[in-house]
Amino acid sequence: MAHERTLTVGGHPVRVLEDGQGVGAPAVFFAGIGGLPRWIPFLDHLAASRRVIAPSLPGFPGATEFRHLDSLLDWIVHAVETIEALDEHPVDLLGSSVGGALAAEVAALAGSLVNRLVLIAPFGVYDEADPAADIWAQVPGPDSIPNLVCKDPENWKAAWQLPEGAEAIDFQVMHSRAMEAAARLLFPFGDTGVVSRLHRVTHPTLLLRGDEDRVLPASYNERFRAALPGEVRTATIEAAGHLAELDAPEATAREINAFLADQEFSRSEA
Amino acid sequence: MKNLWFHLMPYKDLPDDFRDEHPSVWVDIDAGLLDAKRVHEHYNEYLDELEYAGESGFDGVCCNEHHQNGYGLMPSPNLIASTLTRRTTKPAICVMGNSLALYNPPTRVAEEFAMLDCMSGGRLIAGFPVGTPMDTIFAYGQNPSKLRDRYYEAHDIVMKAWAEPETFSFNGRFNQLRYVNVWPRPVQQPHPPVWIPGGGSVETWRWCAEMDYVYSYLSYFGYKAGAATMQGFWDEMDRLGKDRNPYRAGFLQFVAVGETEQEALELYREPAEYFYGRCLHVNPKWASPAGYQSEATIRAKVQSQVALAAQASRAGSGPKAGPMGAAREWKDILDLGYVIAGDPDQVAERIREVCINLNVGHLMLLCQFGNMSTELAKYNTRLYAEKVLPQITDLFDDQWEDRWWPKPLIERAVPRDLPVAAGG
Repeated sequence: MAHERTLTVGGHPVRVLEDGQGVGAPAVFFAGIGGLPRWIPFLDHLAASRRVIAPSLPGFPGATEFRHLDSLLDWIVHAVETIEALDEHPVDLLGSSVGGALAAEVAALAGSLVNRLVLIAPFGVYDEADPAADIWAQVPGPDSIPNLVCKDPENWKAAWQLPEGAEAIDFQVMHSRAMEAAARLLFPFGDTGVVSRLHRVTHPTLLLRGDEDRVLPASYNERFRAALPGEVRTATIEAAGHLAELDAPEATAREINAFLADQEFSRSEA
Repeated sequence: MKNLWFHLMPYKDLPDDFRDEHPSVWVDIDAGLLDAKRVHEHYNEYLDELEYAGESGFDGVCCNEHHQNGYGLMPSPNLIASTLTRRTTKPAICVMGNSLALYNPPTRVAEEFAMLDCMSGGRLIAGFPVGTPMDTIFAYGQNPSKLRDRYYEAHDIVMKAWAEPETFSFNGRFNQLRYVNVWPRPVQQPHPPVWIPGGGSVETWRWCAEMDYVYSYLSYFGYKAGAATMQGFWDEMDRLGKDRNPYRAGFLQFVAVGETEQEALELYREPAEYFYGRCLHVNPKWASPAGYQSEATIRAKVQSQVALAAQASRAGSGPKAGPMGAAREWKDILDLGYVIAGDPDQVAERIREVCINLNVGHLMLLCQFGNMSTELAKYNTRLYAEKVLPQITDLFDDQWEDRWWPKPLIERAVPRDLPVAAGG
């Protein structure tokens, strides 16, 4: 059972979910688009072999305040201060989708906070010749976002199922707030210019994506890989969409656990 | 009351299969459908119509701003308004308006509106819409989560640029301007009347009340669908302790006047079905990008949807037609009140009823809509001006003062070659 606590970052409350046991660097997870309406099975699989900490990003479930963040720099400072506030750095930093964009920035600009980096279909680049889907131009309806971000929309819906006793309207507002927060950071393309900063990311890095990602093309991960100067492992998660951690929680966690374990192994050898 | 003549400037040659074969009238409308020679004709006919309306007794003429839009050929309403300053002499020129957040720097709006006010001798009404998501978010690439804050900041810059006698610096959240000192300044002091076209958000109503601006509800769905919104507006004015001066409000209504009811029903069917069938064919994916609506508005909307659904399930059926899922058949268009059609007396009676029930002093009328020919548009305009307008024009004036109407110079310059004398 995950524990929940609240941190204060930049004067605003940030929900932190955590679980798992371990002595090494904890794994800190920045969630993908929509955030974490609840603890998800993917985090359980990770937490089987390490401590996992999931602080909410601004505007995502668990952190309502985000409209004070105007520039990309504001967001990066918030992400850096979130890691600092956890006070367990260096951490193994994991980021998916929107969270991946910020995880890459933290590694680039505050590298000493990060031990190893894992990016799952990170936002951050855009290519006119191979365009990403426009997540902000979707026909309204209960299925459009689930169909776009997951291979199986039921996986999104399971995460977003109304908890017992929760107010349906609050939950719907929380959802639209999370989508707005992603827009605030990334509209219109998700191009943060991170490629020009990736030469600073010397951490061992794992780059993942779902093989059926309907949001970001495969070439975007390739751009990250080409710009990263350090040791980079890449892998594709089968039968998974943009949020691979929702579609294939076990397989995604297995890749990550294996990467982190290999790193530990090669270090102890050296 | 005031009757204003409003033009959308639709493209008239959208094909019969437009709904089926083309994704949207807006944002990604197929450029292959556009014939610039036809647009040349449209602009000249449409300007003729506006000028005709402006000289036939309407109190004002209105234009507005849309981008990448097949029913609104006015990406720059100020260009249209500038020709109207020269080719009309009497009516208020209501630019409805400039979407403030789209102008960089926003002082551009202060400058161009000041130019229009000077050119027209103080006839400008300054409209400040936020703008639709299609115009602002998708065509002009604004961040939906920052649009409103940018809008309010741009508003503050424009109003300060008109009011401040000295050169000043503006160090805003989104705009940094070291030297603001617009030339020219408006004729109307302290500033032209400000009208805010808006949807039904409580924040906009409160803001209009606070700033003492006119709130204008520009819906294409007529007085029946608009009644609840106007009721909400007036309830909010009551709560805020504001008077019920109908000139606090503006409302848009399609009208179709014939010599007889039968004639009206025959003449205006095609252009109405063209407008509601083709011009409103907007891909719903453009309608609600996350962040465009405030959380409070979303909350209110979800609540009312829950209530509506409950109501519909009690009644055993859903609503007949709602905004953007609009009716497209002439009979429904009439039944739902999108268009008020009839002989002049019928139209006058209905308009009077609408203005009283919605408590609206500024009525904006669409006499040209869809692919209506310029002859028919002028016919509609003439019948309204000659036979409807005189029956309703005195409404409200015994009780209320219009504090939101332009105050032009008494003696105004006129173009050399226009035989019409200025005055009044």
